[in-house]
Amino acid sequence: MHPAPSVIIFTTLSGLGFGLLFWLGLGMPAVTGWVAFAFFAIAYALAVGGLLASTFHLGHPERAIKAFTQWRTSWLSREAWASVAALVIMGLYALGLVFFDARWSVLGWIGAGLSLVTVYSTAMIYGQLKTVPRWQSPLTPALLLAISVSGGALLAGQVTAALILLPIAAVVQVIWWVRGDTALQTSGTDMGSATGLGGIGRVRAFEAPHTGNNYLLKEFVHVVGRKHALKLRGIALVLGYAAPVVLLLLPFGHLLALLAVAAHLAGIAASRWLFFAEAEHVVGLYYGKR
Amino acid sequence: MTSLPETTQRKMGLVIDLDTCVGCHACVVSCKGWNTENYGAPLSDQDPYGADPSGTFLNRIHSYEVQPDQGAAQLIHFPKSCLHCEDAPCVTVCPTGASYKRVEDGIVLVNETDCIGCGLCAWACPYGAREMDAAEGVMKKCTLCVDRIYNENLPEVDRVPACVRTCPSGARHFGDLGDPDSDVSKLVAERGGMDLMPEQGTKPVNKYLPPRPKDQMDRPAATAPKPDGQIDVLAPFLKPVAEEPKGFIGWLDKALEKL
Ligand code: SF4
Ligand code: SF4
Ligand code: SF4
Repeated sequence: MHPAPSVIIFTTLSGLGFGLLFWLGLGMPAVTGWVAFAFFAIAYALAVGGLLASTFHLGHPERAIKAFTQWRTSWLSREAWASVAALVIMGLYALGLVFFDARWSVLGWIGAGLSLVTVYSTAMIYGQLKTVPRWQSPLTPALLLAISVSGGALLAGQVTAALILLPIAAVVQVIWWVRGDTALQTSGTDMGSATGLGGIGRVRAFEAPHTGNNYLLKEFVHVVGRKHALKLRGIALVLGYAAPVVLLLLPFGHLLALLAVAAHLAGIAASRWLFFAEAEHVVGLYYGKR
Repeated sequence: MTSLPETTQRKMGLVIDLDTCVGCHACVVSCKGWNTENYGAPLSDQDPYGADPSGTFLNRIHSYEVQPDQGAAQLIHFPKSCLHCEDAPCVTVCPTGASYKRVEDGIVLVNETDCIGCGLCAWACPYGAREMDAAEGVMKKCTLCVDRIYNENLPEVDRVPACVRTCPSGARHFGDLGDPDSDVSKLVAERGGMDLMPEQGTKPVNKYLPPRPKDQMDRPAATAPKPDGQIDVLAPFLKPVAEEPKGFIGWLDKALEKL
């Protein structure tokens, strides 16, 4: 799949933002007043900024409101609802904390739950696609939730939680990679089933339908950069998971915390780039590519 | 509404004969020609006369070489357009309701005024049957020429999809695959019509007729077997007309030989 920057930025930032909202909703840290304002401002900037970035890849962003209509079948529509619901509920909750010094805990819990539902819906947009075997697994929502909640803990200053959750997320990440590497082979879809000619013999793409490029090749057949996959996986693991843990274990300082967050963000962005760049869409088989 | 209908009254679709398709791309051209000036936004081209041309097409022809374990390879031309799947994953993922499957005939369409161009439906289609138009920012796909097949302004003979009407080898057939007595259903039954990627669970309406063995060249035959049991049907035509040159050419040949 083509790793579109807008989608990578969106999923990385909004995942982190909703992760932070989750912890704020639980009252961890139990901040009020201006400190609460600062925390919520960061969370909203990440979550809303990410959502806005995601509209950049739309052909018609001005009609985006229509995406709320098909929640019965579409995870993208469910994500739209969940994110707005989470942002509104958490907004009310923040209002209490910042201006009235009041913790309306039930509201916070609901908001925390909705934040997780939002991340889950985002993950399911990818996780339910049979056409991308690497994504189609319950491990995909597990991975995105683990990253969001552990990153949120890091940002919320929940050191103990982050120290437990980051290694868990790293393990899910590695399992997700390993499963993904054989997903296409074990999916049962190959050039033989794609063309229906597999029963006759070995199928080879002899001539493509077009000499130039097209939407399908640009969007679904991304092979450039896959050769650096292993290196990038290492970078993602070190920056995204290991470095924050090490930095948190060092004597506490704001600069170190900031560094931990920056490393985490960079690592997760690398992981998210791979999430798309390494994903093989079965349509590539028609072109003899994967 | 992106919920799929339980059943459709008819299942209109195409039957594509991989045995007869000659890979001429005529259906590609007629499809683009008809659909760029009818249903919805035109099918745009980018840099059409430049170094890196690309464009939107609803129908494309691949060519494959299939090598059996024994015997000669076959070359198979492979037209591919939307298969109007019964369990169309492209429809259910659409967040806006722009994509839908019609109850009356099962045709899968995009209502372009509702489409936000998110591209998710193209991600969900295993066959690459949907293409985002780069100029218009909306999703384009085969309409089964919905604006031809019911169009009373056209002579009756033209009330079939443009690709079907154009195909010079009769490789594309159009009809109701939900009716077991229709010509297309009989054709599918007779020739063992197949689904593409059945494991994806999309239940395509369009069927593909598998190619027959292309020729008998590498099979043992009764007439004029060569030492290895094969016949060469062209051999009699390729035999030299005269082993030794005669007449003027003969004289010239000898004269030049002596020089
Ligand atoms: S072929 Fe693709 S676009 Fe057409 S109905 Fe099936 S899934 Fe949808
Ligand atoms: S690109 Fe258009 S038709 Fe396709 S899923 Fe998005 S809104 Fe629906
Ligand atoms: S049915 Fe019409 S739109 Fe579909 S491939 Fe044929 S010509 Fe193109």
